[in-house]
Amino acid sequence: MTPPSYILPLCVALPLGGAFVTALLGRKFPALAPLLATVVAAILLGISLLSVKLLLQHGVVVYTVGGWPPPVGISMVLDGLTAFMLVTINLVVFLVVIFCLDYVNQFTARWNFYVLFLMTLAGMNGVIVTGDLFNLFVFLEVAAVASYGLVAFGTEKHALEAAFKYAVMGSVGSLCILLGIAVLYASTSTLNMADMARVLAMSKPGALTTFVTVLFLMGFGMKAAVVPFHAWLPDAHSSAPAPISAMLSGVLIKALGVYALCRVIFNVLGASPRILGVLLFIGALSMVVGVFLAIGQWDLKRLLAFHSISQIGYVILGIGLGTPLGIMGGLFHLLNHSLFKSLLFLDSGVIEYATGTRDLKAMGGLRAKLPLTGATTLAASMSIAGIPPFNGFWSKLLIIVAAVQAERYGYAFWAVLASVLTLASFMKVMRYAFFGQLNSRWNSVTEAPFFMKLSLVAFAVLCVFGGLLLLPQAREAFLGLASEAITNGTEYVNMAVTQAR
Amino acid sequence: MRTNEDNCTEGMSLIVKTITRLSVGLILLYGIYIVLHGHLSPGGGFAGGVIIALSFVHLVLAFGKRQAFGTLSESGTASLESLGAVLFLAIALAGFSGGYFFANVLPHGEPHALLSAGTIPLSNIAICLKVAGGLFAIFIALVLLNPESEQGS
Amino acid sequence: MIAYMLCLVLFCLGVYGALAKRNVIKIVLGLAIAECAVNLMFVLIAYRVHGSAPILPRVAEGGAPVMVDPLPHALVLTAIVIGLATTALMVALAMRIYQQYGTYDISEIRELKG
Repeated sequence: MTPPSYILPLCVALPLGGAFVTALLGRKFPALAPLLATVVAAILLGISLLSVKLLLQHGVVVYTVGGWPPPVGISMVLDGLTAFMLVTINLVVFLVVIFCLDYVNQFTARWNFYVLFLMTLAGMNGVIVTGDLFNLFVFLEVAAVASYGLVAFGTEKHALEAAFKYAVMGSVGSLCILLGIAVLYASTSTLNMADMARVLAMSKPGALTTFVTVLFLMGFGMKAAVVPFHAWLPDAHSSAPAPISAMLSGVLIKALGVYALCRVIFNVLGASPRILGVLLFIGALSMVVGVFLAIGQWDLKRLLAFHSISQIGYVILGIGLGTPLGIMGGLFHLLNHSLFKSLLFLDSGVIEYATGTRDLKAMGGLRAKLPLTGATTLAASMSIAGIPPFNGFWSKLLIIVAAVQAERYGYAFWAVLASVLTLASFMKVMRYAFFGQLNSRWNSVTEAPFFMKLSLVAFAVLCVFGGLLLLPQAREAFLGLASEAITNGTEYVNMAVTQAR
Repeated sequence: MRTNEDNCTEGMSLIVKTITRLSVGLILLYGIYIVLHGHLSPGGGFAGGVIIALSFVHLVLAFGKRQAFGTLSESGTASLESLGAVLFLAIALAGFSGGYFFANVLPHGEPHALLSAGTIPLSNIAICLKVAGGLFAIFIALVLLNPESEQGS
Repeated sequence: MIAYMLCLVLFCLGVYGALAKRNVIKIVLGLAIAECAVNLMFVLIAYRVHGSAPILPRVAEGGAPVMVDPLPHALVLTAIVIGLATTALMVALAMRIYQQYGTYDISEIRELKG
């Protein structure tokens, strides 16, 4: 049986509905909020898996909102990249919600937290499924504004400062994107991305296209925190509550930054070798600068945040290679990074929950007291550093092999170097936090509550077995279709437009 | 109304209060007009909602927060806002009965008649609730969050 | 063309204000200016010489009249709502920051660095 196509608008409607109902009833029924969020996240995970099935059976699906055909109305498009991102986001968010069940108890006004959380989820899913450029901007802002609020949720001094910095940088990025959309609309008179690509393909690329590309690179680059625009990320991601850091680092920067950048650059504007060169350079720069900044950090969450910059660099590098293998490696690394980085942030949350500190120097020997957290952190560290059986190894291998095949030996060298430095940095984390003498302050520390442990174990299992996605059958069905959607470039148009007719 | 002594000192002068009493109703009515004619003329849920919210802001400015919040409390505003959002989403979901998300399922009626255009007037009302509630809630939140009075707390 | 260029100048002014000023409130104002510039850009794009308001006349008499493009107006409205949300959030954050730090000067608000 083919799943129905109306699952696409449900990806947005369900979390939005959950958020509004929580806002309406949360004050009176405090127990409702976590329950509703968990149910919504679980249904969305089911929907995203169904969308993969729908894609396999039916090819590209275009859903017309309100029954208006594409160039006029807003359309939602399901192609390989969309299905891939939907699975990534909803998988991570579902596991993070389970973690939240125990973690959020320490805050007052819990229902507010879930309202913002569901809004962010709705915005991310919206960015992924929409086929309309302005609609993409609107959902991007929904997710971004909700995440500004989430970063400041603890209302501590540094959280407020980080949230303000994040809001200013994020707004500047959004305004660049909006200006780019205005210029594109002026030159193509349409907002549907497929239609826009069709019009742009007919005209010669001029100075205007270059201007728009630069604006989008700045805007989405700001959202993805690639290196010249990365200043907000370490503050925002380290000041937010742990599950939020996991969500921001795990999926938000990818949905709003990397996905939107790929969609616009490859499918709408069309990737020229020059743009690919810029992407390669930005990717490599982020990769190296991020890891160098990370190595000197003693605050655990800040260290993890700098590694996010570095790993996003890998993703952009892979995609910027422009070869099918490179793009597949980049996307696979995107999935793997969202798994192991979420796990690492959740682990740091457990440590903070148990000991109240994030300073690596104050920890030590926690393995005796937090055995499960220690084991899962070890798995995630191995994964991010690229040790063979774990998922991070396979995606880094793909990227480096692709770089060598494309005869970009310099970039391959930097990728290997960054990987070695990542390993060094995480050896430091393991050494100071979990091994060595137990600091006598932590004699009374106890392991995390049940739901937190459940989420950690699920993430760790996914990290260990994530590499299995490269087995031929799974690769064709999932990663292959996603990277095909990018390599096809502006072919996207034909699929999206002919489907709708 | 003047039984409470605070009322005389709070808010602005007698002139402002008297004029506010006269004009607030008109502003509110104008906002409602804009909302209800949203599908016929420029304006609509957002513009009308802003005007309605402004009429309440007007009340707060003229009479001081204590008296005005008696009319519309913070939690009341917030639930009004969420109600508007839920209503809007419900209208969108009702479109599934016509085959598509957001489909206009009600009869469209005569063009340029007040009762026409299917679900669009209903959406306008929902948006108006959301915007008026949201804007006034923002205003209340900023008024109640007074830096000087809470400093150091 | 000059109008578009002036829009860009206004945008750059706003972004400069947001990134170079040290007062929190001035940063928020700078962003508001940049946002207004983008909205102005949309309205300029929609403008048609001698265009009328985009409402179809009661009786369509021989071909549609020249109308301004209504779509960017709808986009501007949406962008304004988003801008409102962002500005309100940032003002609230600014007030909270003042509560905690006792200053609006970002060069004195430096808990985070590195």
